[in-house]
Amino acid sequence: MEDNGTNDNLRNSVLTKSELIERVAQKQSQLSQKDVELAVKTMLEEMSQALATGGRIEIRGFGSFSLHYRAPRLGRNPKTGESVDLTGKYVPHFKPGKELRDRVNSEEESEGPMV
Amino acid sequence: MGALTKADLAEKLFEELGLNKREAKEMVELFFEEIRSSLESNEHVKLSGFGNFDLRNKRERPGRNPKTGEEIPISARRVVTFRPGQKLKQRVEAYAGTKQQ
Repeated sequence: MEDNGTNDNLRNSVLTKSELIERVAQKQSQLSQKDVELAVKTMLEEMSQALATGGRIEIRGFGSFSLHYRAPRLGRNPKTGESVDLTGKYVPHFKPGKELRDRVNSEEESEGPMV
Repeated sequence: MGALTKADLAEKLFEELGLNKREAKEMVELFFEEIRSSLESNEHVKLSGFGNFDLRNKRERPGRNPKTGEEIPISARRVVTFRPGQKLKQRVEAYAGTKQQ
């Protein structure tokens, strides 16, 4: 329960894009793995493009992506200590949808350190 | 501009890759379902160029009913967080730079 610090990364395995493509390919019979790869990359590019042009993404059962504004601020160069004017900017933000929230939180015994 | 939806993604797969409408719809569903089921089984998801979906365990913490002001503890839970990748962050910033604030 208490802080386990460095164990976190060991305990959580990671799904990469190529493994995701393999799993999706195995779950259907019509398309080759190459086609699935192209499809996944096309979807991610379309999603990136939507955000990069100021749009939102709304995937029912999964969640929504939008842009959050970060106000201009005075930053500091960590090496030189010099202050730098940072202009305002937008950053991508994800809000999980209800189905994803519920499924991720469904196990009685949660694993990993509490934060 | 309306938000990008699953229907838009399926339409794109139909137009660009020539999947038929049923295949395109199924592909979109499978893609998001695979990410959900990974996260559900405690697997983080890293999509290079786009971003990472991570899991965090939150302790129980004090909360309040905003209507009544009554104190109710918010139970310990596991939540999904998204960390945009460098490439996506740069693309989004580049756009914001061209826009009037």
